Amino acid sequence: MAPEKLVRRFWESIRHIKTFIYRFYVWLVLVFFYAPIFVLMVFSFNNSKSRTVWLGFTFDWYLQLFKDETIMHSVYVTLVVAVLAALLSTVLGTAAAIGIAGMGKRQRALIMNVTYIPVLSPEIITGVSIMLLFVWSGLKLGMLTLLLAHISFDVPFVILSVSPKLRQLDPHLFEAALDLGAKPMSAMRKVILPQIWPGVITGMLMAFTLSVDDFVISYFTSGPTSQTLSITIYAMTRKRVSPEINALSTLLFIVVLTLLVIVNLRQSRDNKQPQRKEEDVR
Amino acid sequence: MNKARSAAFPYILWSVLFTVLPLLLVAYFAFTNGSGTFTLDNFANLGEYTAVFVRSLLLALISTLLCFMIGYPLAYILSRESARRQQIMIMLVMLPMWMNFLLRTYAWLTILENNGLINRLLEFLGFAPLHMINTQGAVVLGMVYNYLPYMILPIYTVLIKLDYRLIEAAHDLGANPAKTFFRVVVPLSMPGVSSGITMVFMPAVSTFIISKMLGGGSSLMVGDLIEMQFLGNAYDPNLGAAISLVMMVIILISMLLMGFFDSEDKAVIM
Repeated sequence: MAPEKLVRRFWESIRHIKTFIYRFYVWLVLVFFYAPIFVLMVFSFNNSKSRTVWLGFTFDWYLQLFKDETIMHSVYVTLVVAVLAALLSTVLGTAAAIGIAGMGKRQRALIMNVTYIPVLSPEIITGVSIMLLFVWSGLKLGMLTLLLAHISFDVPFVILSVSPKLRQLDPHLFEAALDLGAKPMSAMRKVILPQIWPGVITGMLMAFTLSVDDFVISYFTSGPTSQTLSITIYAMTRKRVSPEINALSTLLFIVVLTLLVIVNLRQSRDNKQPQRKEEDVR
Repeated sequence: MNKARSAAFPYILWSVLFTVLPLLLVAYFAFTNGSGTFTLDNFANLGEYTAVFVRSLLLALISTLLCFMIGYPLAYILSRESARRQQIMIMLVMLPMWMNFLLRTYAWLTILENNGLINRLLEFLGFAPLHMINTQGAVVLGMVYNYLPYMILPIYTVLIKLDYRLIEAAHDLGANPAKTFFRVVVPLSMPGVSSGITMVFMPAVSTFIISKMLGGGSSLMVGDLIEMQFLGNAYDPNLGAAISLVMMVIILISMLLMGFFDSEDKAVIM
């Protein structure tokens, strides 16, 4: 009896040590992820211009941030472009997803491959190639070019988020609506759209977040009067050393955290729907 | 829903105009000079940038390897946790990804600087300060920091879908835990590993901010070179297009080498 008990104890303690090492490792990586962000946040309340010496608590940098016209203008540009790009790419992408769903295998494969190009290619290539389009066509870089570029890299994500919802639909649903006398447009609006709505909204939120977050593509396609927040941040990190940037990071972090929680809650709710098929994990 | 097909027409037009045409223009610019006549000069001049290409490839490879070595164990551990813990942990891994990457990189600047936090700490403890900023090591650190989640997430996605009965079967057939891990778990997670590698390597080899911010002027990378041709003082979109084209070819070749296109598992990426 006794030796068996000892052996079991031994294996149990081994398991405990293993769990401890596992958890410790996870925390180590998380510290690596969050330590820099934490440092930025702490120094946004520092009563000094120094990035490394703590001289007391202040809210001054937050106040200055809101008075800084360059930053406020770029926040405005970022939001206008992100909202417009999200809306337009959602309309374009949802329509595209519906159209693609009605296509044959070959056509669909061709279009999906083109759709994957902006998703899979390096951002700098997307940015540079769209910039070349504007240079070549003589379009002046500014708000319009920025918006066009943003829509272009947002649309694929909308399509990829709407398409799985369409694949879950009964293919005869649309025909049934037509047989019952609905016109194609109203069948689309009243039968198809409500069913794919969660995917549409998730796609739109994703497009919005991607637009707000983007730096590389905006950097190549915006003009001097249409600087997004990312571009202003870039200019700040290169020239001025001011804790305003820390204050900005802290605020952005909170905004992103809120958005991410909303998107995640939506996604986990969507995923709980029972009719989900195996192939739709995408 | 065949009649709905026409709904995709605006998008098809859009993607031809803003995805396909721009890529063709990259090729067109690469093979012409400023006045639009055909030339191979842009490529002939690339020789002097060999060092930059080699450095980019090397730093990107080292970063990818480090991401794999740090990320695989983490993904494995997460996949063995309870569902609730997994959800929270994955959120924590994804969160920094959504924070502006310039700010994330800038954060490291304040830590690594010559009078940054680490050196102040060393000073406080009585050690000699280290020179960390503006080195290639700092660039690698910045890339690992920025791209590590892209390695963790696809591997994790594959590992949670792994059929646990296979592991039990391996145990029943007499394999010890280490053997089970290396002969069963690792091979089955290869699709996740290969898309993780692609997703880290691609942005790493094409980055142009991390090297500028943390590497100073000393560790110029291909991305910096391209940026200089389009927005810098050395304005020369034709040369820039040629460099971009070569970079795309390098990326395509490395993706082929990793068997990315065979795996048919693009889904893992999302």
